[in-house]
Amino acid sequence: MPEQAPLERNQNFLEVNLGFTEELAKMEAQRCLQCPKPVCVAGCPVGVQIRDFIQLVSEGDFLGAAAKIKSDNALPAVCGRVCPQEEQCEAKCVVGVKHEPVAIGRLERFVSDFEREKIGIRTPDIKPKTGRKVAVIGSGPAGLSCAGDLIQLGHDVTVFEALHEIGGVLIYGIPEFRLPKSIVKAEVDALKSLGVEFRTNAVVGFTDTIDELLSDGYSAVFIAVGAGLPYFMSIPGENYNGVYSANEFLTRVNLMKAYRFPEYDTPVFDCKDKNVAVFGGGNTAMDAVRTAKRLGAKNAYIMYRRSEKEMPARLEEVHHAKQEGVEFVFLTNPLEFIGDENGWLRGVKLQKMELGEPDASGRRRPVPIPGSEYITDLDMAVIAIGNGSNPIIKKTTPDLSYNKRGNIIVDESTMKTNKKGVFAGGDIVTGGATVILAMGAGRTAAKAIDTYLTNSETW
Amino acid sequence: MNKIVSAEFLATDIKRFVIEAPKIAAKRKAGQFVIVRIDDKGERIPLTIADSDPQKGTITIIVQGIGKTTKTINSLESGDFFLDVVGPLGKPSHIENFGTAVSIGGGVGTAIAFPTAVALKQAGNHTIVINGARTKDLVILEEELKNVSDEVYITTDDGSYGYHGFVTQKLKELIDGGKQIDFVLAIGPIPMMKAVAETTRPFGIKTVVSLNPVMVDGTGMCGGCRATVDNQTVFVCVDGPEFDAHKVDFDLLTKRNRTYNRNEKESLENHLCNFDKAFNEALAAEPINR
Repeated sequence: MPEQAPLERNQNFLEVNLGFTEELAKMEAQRCLQCPKPVCVAGCPVGVQIRDFIQLVSEGDFLGAAAKIKSDNALPAVCGRVCPQEEQCEAKCVVGVKHEPVAIGRLERFVSDFEREKIGIRTPDIKPKTGRKVAVIGSGPAGLSCAGDLIQLGHDVTVFEALHEIGGVLIYGIPEFRLPKSIVKAEVDALKSLGVEFRTNAVVGFTDTIDELLSDGYSAVFIAVGAGLPYFMSIPGENYNGVYSANEFLTRVNLMKAYRFPEYDTPVFDCKDKNVAVFGGGNTAMDAVRTAKRLGAKNAYIMYRRSEKEMPARLEEVHHAKQEGVEFVFLTNPLEFIGDENGWLRGVKLQKMELGEPDASGRRRPVPIPGSEYITDLDMAVIAIGNGSNPIIKKTTPDLSYNKRGNIIVDESTMKTNKKGVFAGGDIVTGGATVILAMGAGRTAAKAIDTYLTNSETW
Repeated sequence: MNKIVSAEFLATDIKRFVIEAPKIAAKRKAGQFVIVRIDDKGERIPLTIADSDPQKGTITIIVQGIGKTTKTINSLESGDFFLDVVGPLGKPSHIENFGTAVSIGGGVGTAIAFPTAVALKQAGNHTIVINGARTKDLVILEEELKNVSDEVYITTDDGSYGYHGFVTQKLKELIDGGKQIDFVLAIGPIPMMKAVAETTRPFGIKTVVSLNPVMVDGTGMCGGCRATVDNQTVFVCVDGPEFDAHKVDFDLLTKRNRTYNRNEKESLENHLCNFDKAFNEALAAEPINR
């Protein structure tokens, strides 16, 4: 797929991928074998009819293809950009056995962009109004997909968002260069035109409690508040100035637009000509390090305690980061941050690791190499090792069941919690995961909520 | 959008706003805060809720104009709007009948301590308020505090009004004078809160401070507001904002609060510069009156 040249794009925040042309899209679609039993579909958490939409692309019916995807996926332009296709649909693709798999994600992206740019996002038909109201808490991928399905099923939907903008992690977490905010906004606007009501600045738990929503006319509640408190590493020096969680660094840059300071009021650490290290190997770590590079970092490192093979990030993000000049330091773990007398980060003490036996995740466990400690200069560090659960729902809704990490326990086939009328999905249930898994949970919940509301609320 | 119902200066650069926010007014408890944003390029800043009127659906905040955002807020008038007001956030103050409770406010911290002083009084405490300011013109809420507490002491650093000295000196006098003090709440600049903590520590008086770190989301998502209390990292927005003063690492808080000093200066200069430019342009456009 055409993309901005690496050394040009690492200076700007514009989208890296430029998208297929119509010709390229058709050619790519024609590589699809149109399998009688499409195994790719089984790899998709929301069951997009991949074979059928690709057939339409190969015939040049791009709008038909967009509609086909839309019947299973509320946010195709988003998923085409951020899904880990190489672990899902494309991993199953039969063409991929001997060659490159069909670029399903890029085709999904192409047709949804085509529709939006040519005729605007079309909205599906809505079933007759049921008169039932559902509260969706959180406007990230899980909340949006659930809201999209419920409104189509004829229910009234109100989405409560704690921040001042709609989109959750799509807005505060994933950077502009990977997912332009105008695309998120267009998808949200499409939901608004279907009748979904959005309330910003509403922190459920504080502004309204779940019990208040249930007694205030909402027949069901879907909790999709996402990840919460960022994990730190519990090593000395983590509170020096210049040490950020990935959530804070990305929120400042993406949601608050700190990369345009002082035009926008929110500042962020000035990375220009500085040494920046991001600790972690997931997509969030890649987003953070590529953001630091764009903010002018002289050296932008990924420091990861396992090897490249174990990194959970999408291959494309790793590839892009490397092209843009990010340096990867594998098998390395921080022991201590070093600061100056004013509390500013100046360096980090690192330790080399080697891979031992597989751990519970099936990945080989990193084991420290004694005597391998060394110190590197560092001006800014970003900790991107995941998130705990959001604490506000737990504190204000103690009658829900939580596991020991604070995640809400649900029945996975329905997303039902132990509390009547209350469903939950996305990162608040699974811990930090992907956009598409959260969307899958939103869809599952929407189906179960619909059943619950139509069967006289039998739990 | 939240409409400003009234706006008045209490002292130089310190302004009180009453804002329409019915849900927050109905829910808010002493010690909680809101996060506000003034326009779509604005930053999110936390402000303690100083008071509320659930019937009228309004909350009161008191703002000291220091940086670009707070100075811009203080240029707002009755009838203007805040773009975003979100809350109530944070844990409410822990209120009980301790016996004799001293509420100490330094500068604009006086306003922040006000609701907790009221709640302490309502819980049956004998309440003493020590209200400190640099100079007479900066003394705020004296009448309001007299109405809700048993004893009020005003201190000024320069002696231009009330007791000449710091709030801690007055507090020490009360303790040394044999007054039984069971609880102290201190809210204000970090050096003041630290000094209060050191004053009460030798006497083992339970002392609580309200921390004011930099925040972004205010809902436990970003971790920017972390502080060290009892050698543990806490997230002030959800674990606080009030903590045991004897366990807070004030030096760390001071350093962390300086993270954006340079940016804030740049932002303010840029803002004032644009303001001057607009003013000069307006002046130039004005026909000269001969």
